[in-house]
Amino acid sequence: MLSSLATSLTDAGRTTTGEAILFWVLAIVMVLAAGGLLFARKAVHAALSLVVVMIGLAFLYVAQDAPFLGVVQVVVYTGAIMMLFLFVLMLVGVDASDTLTETLRGQRWVAALAGLGLVVVLAGVVGRAHYGPAVGLTDANGASNPVALARLVFGSYAFALEAVGALLITAAIGAIMLTHRRRMTPRVTQRARSTARVLSGTLAGKPVPGVYARHNAMDVPALDPQGRPIEESVSRVLRVRGQEADAREYAARIDRVLSGDWANTVRPPLTATSETSSAPATDDSDAAEKSDEEAKA
Amino acid sequence: MLITGITTDAAWSGAALAPWLVGIPLLSAAVLLLAGRRSDRWGHWLGVLAPLASLVIGVVLLFSMLSVPGGSRTATVSLGRWIDAGTFHLDAGFRIDPLSLTFVLLVTFVGTLIHVYSVAYMEHDADRRRFFAYMNLFVAAMLLLVTASSYLLLFVGWEGVGLASYLLIGFWNHNPVYAAAAKKAFVANRIGDVGLIVAMGLLFSHVGALDFATVDAAVPHLSTGAVTAIGLMLLLAACGKSAQFPLQSWLGDAMAGPTPVSALIHAATMVTAGVYLVVRSNAIFTAAPDARLVVTIVGAISLLFGAIVGCAKDDIKKALAASTMSQIGYMMLAAGLGPVGYAFAIMHLVTHGFFKAGLFLGAGSVMHGMDDQTDMRGFGGLGRTMKITYFTVMAGWLAILGMFPLSGFWSKDPIIEAAFVPQDGQTWRAWVFGLVALLGAGITSFYMSRLFFMTFEGKRRWTTKTDGTPQHPHEAPALMTVPMVILAIGSVGLGAFLAVGDRFTRWLEPVTGPRGDGQAVLPGWLLITLSLVLVIGAAAYAWTRYAVAEVPATPPVGTLVTRAARKDLYQDVVNDAALVVPGRMLTRSLVFGDRAVVDGAVSGIAKSTVKVGDLARKVQTGHVRSYAATMTLGVVVLAVVVLLLGS
Amino acid sequence: MTLTHYVVLAAILFSIGATTVLVRRNAIIVFMGVELMLNATNLALVTFSRMHGNLTGQVLAFFVMVVAAAEVVIGLAIIISIFRTRRSASVDDVNLLKG
Repeated sequence: MLSSLATSLTDAGRTTTGEAILFWVLAIVMVLAAGGLLFARKAVHAALSLVVVMIGLAFLYVAQDAPFLGVVQVVVYTGAIMMLFLFVLMLVGVDASDTLTETLRGQRWVAALAGLGLVVVLAGVVGRAHYGPAVGLTDANGASNPVALARLVFGSYAFALEAVGALLITAAIGAIMLTHRRRMTPRVTQRARSTARVLSGTLAGKPVPGVYARHNAMDVPALDPQGRPIEESVSRVLRVRGQEADAREYAARIDRVLSGDWANTVRPPLTATSETSSAPATDDSDAAEKSDEEAKA
Repeated sequence: MLITGITTDAAWSGAALAPWLVGIPLLSAAVLLLAGRRSDRWGHWLGVLAPLASLVIGVVLLFSMLSVPGGSRTATVSLGRWIDAGTFHLDAGFRIDPLSLTFVLLVTFVGTLIHVYSVAYMEHDADRRRFFAYMNLFVAAMLLLVTASSYLLLFVGWEGVGLASYLLIGFWNHNPVYAAAAKKAFVANRIGDVGLIVAMGLLFSHVGALDFATVDAAVPHLSTGAVTAIGLMLLLAACGKSAQFPLQSWLGDAMAGPTPVSALIHAATMVTAGVYLVVRSNAIFTAAPDARLVVTIVGAISLLFGAIVGCAKDDIKKALAASTMSQIGYMMLAAGLGPVGYAFAIMHLVTHGFFKAGLFLGAGSVMHGMDDQTDMRGFGGLGRTMKITYFTVMAGWLAILGMFPLSGFWSKDPIIEAAFVPQDGQTWRAWVFGLVALLGAGITSFYMSRLFFMTFEGKRRWTTKTDGTPQHPHEAPALMTVPMVILAIGSVGLGAFLAVGDRFTRWLEPVTGPRGDGQAVLPGWLLITLSLVLVIGAAAYAWTRYAVAEVPATPPVGTLVTRAARKDLYQDVVNDAALVVPGRMLTRSLVFGDRAVVDGAVSGIAKSTVKVGDLARKVQTGHVRSYAATMTLGVVVLAVVVLLLGS
Repeated sequence: MTLTHYVVLAAILFSIGATTVLVRRNAIIVFMGVELMLNATNLALVTFSRMHGNLTGQVLAFFVMVVAAAEVVIGLAIIISIFRTRRSASVDDVNLLKG
């Protein structure tokens, strides 16, 4: 399939019509995807846009008689590098810096000016340059593109290849060194953790969110005995994202219950120990979820 | 210094002993200073022996010198080549002639007596050994000053006595006032020293030599202007050392030192070094009438100045210090008169050395008996309790008054008479200086009588000691009274001994030349009568005011002149306004200039650098994206430039 | 259509990548902008290779990819260690160079 995509040039150095169609379609898609990288609110979307651009590039490589590079592009870039990006995104997590709000004064205008200027200047350079008639790679590729490339890489550029190999090893070791953390404190075992928790007196842990049977109600904070919402009962991620629900509405409902509107409802007496974990309604599954979350934290 | 052995051209034997004059006290001072506390027990006796040994050498030299006729008495003793620079050669040598030998005998004789006196006077001072070390150092330096054969070696001694004076004025330097007085004396002396240095520089450039013999021989060939300049510079030096107007302000404060110091250094010897310098340079001054006139004027002013100040001082030592200044004014006046007065200047110097030292020692004895009190208003009637002191001071008092036949009469009246001799045919000078000298004699009589009567006559005005116990005035021990008695004998008889048959004048003739002839504008018998009448009248007036009448314990407000005189005629104020304040202004403006211009340039550059850096700092936001934006814009601009240039 | 169009496309992608570096605050996205710039360069290299009928351009693009891989490894490691100490992946928070 790849070889069938490869097209040859006309004598005037112009491409075939098929290639032109492929180019225009891909060019539009790639520029739009690159715009996604520039404008996407979420880092994952940006990464996915970049994946689109890279795959498009792989197609263009193949279209330009460079099938080996096209494959490498897909394998190395889209397959390895972009996956690495996604892993790091997962590790770092949601961050306030994802927003597009500009914090540096005038930076956005400077950036726009620089970007447009770059486009204009580069286009100017490209436009003013004089190219001879395009030669095409039919002769150079010979039998096949990978073979011809291999002759070059392991021939004229063998030394550069060795150097790049050393570079890769160095980079790998460097990455290990950079991300390695020396343990400064003794390892905290599960036993030590549970002992500490028993000694701290807060056996039940942090309060769980007030989970109501209305939607995925992890976003509703729990209420303390005075009816005030407890902020830390909601997951940190939800709080950072601003997806927290307003607790006052639920507090008002409880007030109504306490004032006796629901005459049949009898509230169990509050004990001193349940003060920190006074979720109005909790079931076992919620508690399990909560302890999971705590373990993660 | 290369010592090739002592050589001498003396026509008389014993001249080779001359270096030991200086050497023995110097050695003694070194021993006392280096041995430290170990020599505390016997150090003061070594200190007494050193000037005594010098005195013995001096006497030996005197008799040896007297054995030859006047013309061949001058001898030079060389220690060898000292400075050998190109065409300039200078020997370290001693010049022993009647003038220097006179000083040697005065310094060692009075010095020995004062050393003996000090043994008792300083008995209770923990640092008596150090005191004697400094005193010996002074004697050595003073002897070097008067025996040196060149201006340069004289300068060494000159500085030596300045150092010793500084050390001894500030001997009790734990008292900041005394330490300041020492510093003041030192600084005032330095001003005079500049004069001596400049004079030596002028001599070097005009004569090319600094030894007395060569200079004296070369002076007649010099221009009057050069000789006058040298003379004036030497006068400046003399003014500094001898506390003459206008460098007199330090002498009163110098009384901060122990009384024997005041007696030896600031009355009898060191302060007369200026007179010595003028007389020693008589060849220069004889050739420069204008410089001599200035010397006379300075002497006349100092004479009156000191006398007026002396009338108002209640501190017995400060009154004596003012008197010293006044008496040295007489000597300067005489020296300024030229050949007619050189011998009398030195003669008055010698007799003054005796009676003023005696007076100071008497004052020390009074202080000894009165718990170191110096205010004369707290004395009175002491003559009945301190008989020996009373009579010795009386001898000094009558001598300084110029009473016939005591020493002062024989030395001071010739000066007054000489002052009445017209100089260079100008009679107005004779009248002016003569009348000043005569008037000075009258004022001297008044203030010295005031001092004497306030201390020894009249009612007892003693107060309590500093510790509150009543005063018990008592006579000093024999170690103190014996020197006083010997000095009193000198005060009484020395003048007649020296003056009879012009003995002293002829003795000095090899140095000062023959005494010039001159007819005074008034006959001699009239002058003597006038001065005696004036002196007795002033003394009688003082008797009525300070012996018969009550002396108030607190000084009355007094007239304008009295108040000015108490403040030393505002000499400190004038010095302050004329020198200290402008000097301070100059240094301030220099400091300001330094800060504004020099520092301003330096720190201006630094500040502008900082400001530029501050501006540049704003560019450095620390944000990677700003840097990246700058880089990108730079690339764009570069590319645009390349594109435009490439077309 | 000529090969120049490829080069122009490469220029546009390069500029968008550069702008991304300038505009985005998340270090990882900034890094992606760098990758986009590298890719745009590769496209230009491949195009020139075809234009001149010389495979050296492709070899160079290949090496660029390898070096970019090494660079990404180190860069992401740096981002992670910064994130560990400062709890932030924003390039604006790292401003120790501020004068």
